[in-house]
Amino acid sequence: MGRGVTMKQVNTFREGPNENGHFGMFGGRFVAETLMPLILAVEQAYDAAQNDPSFQAELDDYLKHYAGRPSPLYFARRLTEHFGGAKVYFKRDELNHTGSHKINNTLGQILLARRMKKTRIIAETGAGQHGVATATVCALFDLPCVVYMGTTDIERQQPNVFRMRLLGAEVVPVTSGTGTLKDAMNEALRDWVANVESTFYIIGTAAGPHPYPAMVRNFQSVIGREAREQMMEAEGRLPDSLVACIGGGSNAIGLFHPFLDDPSVRMYGVEAAGHGIETGAHAASLTGGRPGVLHGNRTYLLQNDDGQILDAHSISAGLDYPGIGPEHSWLHESGRVDYVSATDVEALDAFQLCSRMEGIIPALEPSHALAYVSKIAPDLPKDHIICMNMCGRGDKDIFTVAEALGTEI
Amino acid sequence: MTAATDSGRIEKRFAALKAAGRGGFVTFLTAGDPDHETFEKILLGLPDAGADLIEIGMPFSDPMADGPAIQASSLRALKAGANMGRTLELVRSFRAHDGDTPIILMGYYNPIYSYGVDAFLKDAREAGVDGLIVVDLPPEEDAELCVPALQAGLNFIRLATPTTDDERLPTVLKNTSGFVYYVSVLGITGTKSAAEVEIRDAVERLQRHTALPVAVGFGIRTAETVREIASTADAAVVGSAIVDRIAADVDENGRPSAKLVETVHKYVRELASGLRS
Repeated sequence: MGRGVTMKQVNTFREGPNENGHFGMFGGRFVAETLMPLILAVEQAYDAAQNDPSFQAELDDYLKHYAGRPSPLYFARRLTEHFGGAKVYFKRDELNHTGSHKINNTLGQILLARRMKKTRIIAETGAGQHGVATATVCALFDLPCVVYMGTTDIERQQPNVFRMRLLGAEVVPVTSGTGTLKDAMNEALRDWVANVESTFYIIGTAAGPHPYPAMVRNFQSVIGREAREQMMEAEGRLPDSLVACIGGGSNAIGLFHPFLDDPSVRMYGVEAAGHGIETGAHAASLTGGRPGVLHGNRTYLLQNDDGQILDAHSISAGLDYPGIGPEHSWLHESGRVDYVSATDVEALDAFQLCSRMEGIIPALEPSHALAYVSKIAPDLPKDHIICMNMCGRGDKDIFTVAEALGTEI
Repeated sequence: MTAATDSGRIEKRFAALKAAGRGGFVTFLTAGDPDHETFEKILLGLPDAGADLIEIGMPFSDPMADGPAIQASSLRALKAGANMGRTLELVRSFRAHDGDTPIILMGYYNPIYSYGVDAFLKDAREAGVDGLIVVDLPPEEDAELCVPALQAGLNFIRLATPTTDDERLPTVLKNTSGFVYYVSVLGITGTKSAAEVEIRDAVERLQRHTALPVAVGFGIRTAETVREIASTADAAVVGSAIVDRIAADVDENGRPSAKLVETVHKYVRELASGLRS
């Protein structure tokens, strides 16, 4: 394979982005002038925070006592036996407070917003996990919170909508476009342009204008740092494969990043193939898209010949986005990470399998990752170790799954 | 920089306005809204109705910096089959009738990037485009399109906003040419307007930093405001309010009524009326 050759061309995969926010040709700062001064201020404040030990200390304290970190690394014994090949471990980020990895990032960003003396928080959400995680930290720090959410997503993620409202957030329905994550992000950007002085935008995924992709990645890298340590403890060595689902890709980059310079560790990012890549109804930006510029960064996008953004489709609201974080586009082109996909049906099968065999109801997002694990694990040797990011729990998805299975609840 | 000379139309137009002792009126409409043929008729009649410069929106599926009016106009145009090739066709058609009125294409970067920067600049210049305004390309990304555009002989008109402070203004103005577009409010297009006094201060601030003409837009909806703004700045831009006239005159399938073209021209004439007494 060309893989080994590509990997020798650079000394490290962990240095990006450069000072302009570029990962190779991807990333950047493609925003309106109104936002530029603010984006630069966020970057400056984040740089200062990174150099201030008290910032990380405060974040660590909240991660431990509020979010419940470290999350366990769990050996999925029954699934391992069922697949009959590789040993399968789950990094249990669904056990975090609020039920997903999103809290790692919202805690980091709200501490930054406080340092910047911002008095109002906005966020976009697809599955509602990031919205809930943002509403949660806003309640914790007593800041008003507005969450933009597409009407399609509001319909299929009712429990999370109610959760956000219970937490005191205002959930604003977004009707433009298809009423999904991309439209919610457009609307959040419109809000931000109109309220730059007071407002901090907590972006939920490792995308958007620089410094967001790097900042979100750094906040999420706690996942990979813990997994590395825990795997050394459990197995005395690094895992052979990492598997994570990808919408924007924050949980995946969080798991992958600390391992990028370990050539023995293979990595698989699993995009949502929806009804199948060949049908066009999917959310697999790397598999089915090409480079373009949207939401502040250059990255792979689903788009037509005229550069108009296409609607994504996935049964999982959290993966239903026509773009992907810019660092993933770069890791894709550099060949360091393999990007693959799983369909709605495969994810549904994995969702049920995991529930029955491990007593863990996974979110539909990591069900895509598990679907891919179920494809590769049987053919891998018994001493091959897979670490999959179980990045969210499935309580929010039971209505969607029931409907897909033709069950009334 | 070995820049090709630009068409000179923008400079000539502002010089003529100055000689006539009045401010200019700039219209914005989205190419192909509500459909290609109707838009062509609207476009061809704009100079006669009072437009001194014409901004044409390049439709985009995700206009992040625009309010509901221009979002809807973009979607109507796309639904009716608009694309970059057809937008340039409209400019060519306009140029066959009018060799003087400056045409500025305004929009977002992805459709240009998708078309290919070099091909786009060549085709736009040949079609008779005089300048570009690309909302999501700040000076930090000048290497993408701004510098190549200037080299290809197209003006790159930058937006300055209330958040662009004195420290940042030189960065914003550095590669700006043609004129400066002052966005008078923090926010998206068409939603609110700024107080006259704030605008006067802002225009004076800009003029301390640049000799380029200053056009002011965002939230202008009446002939009176056009006159006020154009007496302070070098030109006033109206977009959403004109686009709203189209929205009000199409059926639920986006088909225009028989009188839509005349309605738009009448409104443009009304907006421009205060400038030519």
